[in-house]
Amino acid sequence: MQLKIKNPQDFWCGILFIVFGGLAIYLSRDYEMGSALRMGPGYFPTWLGGILMGFGVIIGSLAFRIEGEENQGLGLGEWAWRPWLVLTATLSLFAVLMEVEFGFVPSLIVLIIGCALAHKDVHWRETILLSLCVTAGAVAIFSYGLGMPYLLFWWSK
Amino acid sequence: MEQLLQNLLLGFSVALTLQNLAYCFFGVFLGTMIGVLPGIGPLATMAMLLPLTYTLPPVSALIMLAGIYYGSDYGGSTTAILVNLPGEGSSVVTLLDGHPMAQQGRAGPALAMAAIGSFFAGCVGTLIIALVGPPLANIALKFGSPEYFSLMVMALVCASVVGTGSLLKSLAMVVAGLLIGIVGTDVTSGKSRFTFGVPELSDGVGIAVVAMGFFGLTEIVKNLGSKQITPTILQGKIKGLMPRWEDLKICFGPMLRGSSIGAIFGPLPGLGGTISAFTSYMAEKKLAKDPSRFGKGAIEGVAGPETANNACAQTTFVPMLTLGIPGSASMALMLGAMMIHGITPGPQVMTARPDLFWGLIASMWIGNLMLLMLNLPLIGIWVRLLQVPYRLLFPIIMTMMGIGIYSLNSSGTDVLLMAFFGFIGYILVKLGCSFPPLILAMVLGPLMEENLRRSMLLSDGDPTVFFTRPLSAGFMLATGILLLLFTRPALRKKRKEVLTEEG
Repeated sequence: MQLKIKNPQDFWCGILFIVFGGLAIYLSRDYEMGSALRMGPGYFPTWLGGILMGFGVIIGSLAFRIEGEENQGLGLGEWAWRPWLVLTATLSLFAVLMEVEFGFVPSLIVLIIGCALAHKDVHWRETILLSLCVTAGAVAIFSYGLGMPYLLFWWSK
Repeated sequence: MEQLLQNLLLGFSVALTLQNLAYCFFGVFLGTMIGVLPGIGPLATMAMLLPLTYTLPPVSALIMLAGIYYGSDYGGSTTAILVNLPGEGSSVVTLLDGHPMAQQGRAGPALAMAAIGSFFAGCVGTLIIALVGPPLANIALKFGSPEYFSLMVMALVCASVVGTGSLLKSLAMVVAGLLIGIVGTDVTSGKSRFTFGVPELSDGVGIAVVAMGFFGLTEIVKNLGSKQITPTILQGKIKGLMPRWEDLKICFGPMLRGSSIGAIFGPLPGLGGTISAFTSYMAEKKLAKDPSRFGKGAIEGVAGPETANNACAQTTFVPMLTLGIPGSASMALMLGAMMIHGITPGPQVMTARPDLFWGLIASMWIGNLMLLMLNLPLIGIWVRLLQVPYRLLFPIIMTMMGIGIYSLNSSGTDVLLMAFFGFIGYILVKLGCSFPPLILAMVLGPLMEENLRRSMLLSDGDPTVFFTRPLSAGFMLATGILLLLFTRPALRKKRKEVLTEEG
């Protein structure tokens, strides 16, 4: 009998849960298991990891038996690559900039312009104007209105 | 009866202070504003605005958050009526007759009727919570750890069974959520778990961070990736806002039935507003003298489901407030907010913090009244908001999310985590998983572990304790029956039909 993946969505979902469950068990290896009577810190997460892997195996193996729907939108062309990667990267960049005290104002401008790049058509003039307006609004509300003690620029330390 | 009046009086004395009235108003207003934006449901709205409530005193914070919750629900209906785009699940039903009404130039009455229905349901819902709450909390006070554990299992299974998507995936998401809930310092042993040496994680992952990553960020990615639908926004001025007298008369029955349906479904875990609204719609269609009017602008088709949805939204507070167990992801967020303010959820809230319990309930009635009054003068603003192109809107939403999360602890780590959950979230969406069970489980994770631990101590490590104590056994039995029912192929098919029809 030849095994054929009939439902790629379920197959990969199963794999993902197996990985997550395995990760949980791996990370819990240093935590004391204890017994059912005296549960150690490792007891609950290890069991959960095992159960999650179990679900992963069931979901993944059913993918060989039950036909999935026609178009699952899993094809490489059907992922929203640009918004997905650009938005998460921009947000991470914003986090780092705030952490290194680059300043609230420049970090926000980077965030807004970066986010705007996630859209398939970028109108530069509009985007820059938007970033200035939103930053001004945010500074007015958060720094002056709510009195958040954020450094506005890197030089104003 | 006298007790009830006294309690409600206490509630109104709390809710009617100038400060709390203001926060209630802010909540309702901001909630409606964000809820109006297409593609952003109550959950994403709550997650986005949650940080705003952190610095407030506990009662005000919860009043504002509750306002955000039903405000955004109402905002979704506004969008469904004015634009042919449903904001979230339950407004799909409102759209069926609401939008045709708008096309016939009766957007005003449709919106007003939705607000009147919501207010009506709000009154009924408030009364029900006031009546059912205290006795339920009294029963819950007798619960031991095994009962709590079984009840939580039931709530989580319920939420997975009725949600969209595959049952197995939802159950797996529950387990994943429990694991996320474990991150942080273990209460009993003081051991840091799953923190990867990051000090910010020792208090656990914030529910706002996860919810915003999964609901906010993932939603925006999805919206940007989907083929751009150009919404047909209603052109021209909306006139004749008030419904006619006949409209009100026709709608009285549907509103009455709608609130009963919603009030029955609301307290049950997992059964959300969408199912209530849909049931009410089907009931009205069956009862109508001329069912063919439905779908073409029948005002009962707006009033009934809207009332049912809101009655459900109100009564979902019952298990959260009296048992400390949320029945939906939105209530999980409320519960998370309570814990952030140092309130231990559970049946003792009603006796330990009566001001909070009754104040919150009274504020919901006031908030619904505000919605009714706000609705008409503000329609113009919402229409204009809907005309802002998405390419300008989403960077603003992202900025709000970024600042909101950063401001929680003034820490970039939280923002990084949100980005991470957004990243994973999109993969999970692509693989057909849904998030509400995960959010629910995440909040319940530490509670479940604690109650499991205590149950085991109680029973000398014997796991049959969950099946030998009568109440606990009842919950487990109900869970088993639910699972059996929903794994039966016939029912599974039916469930799929209902859910896909709902969108």
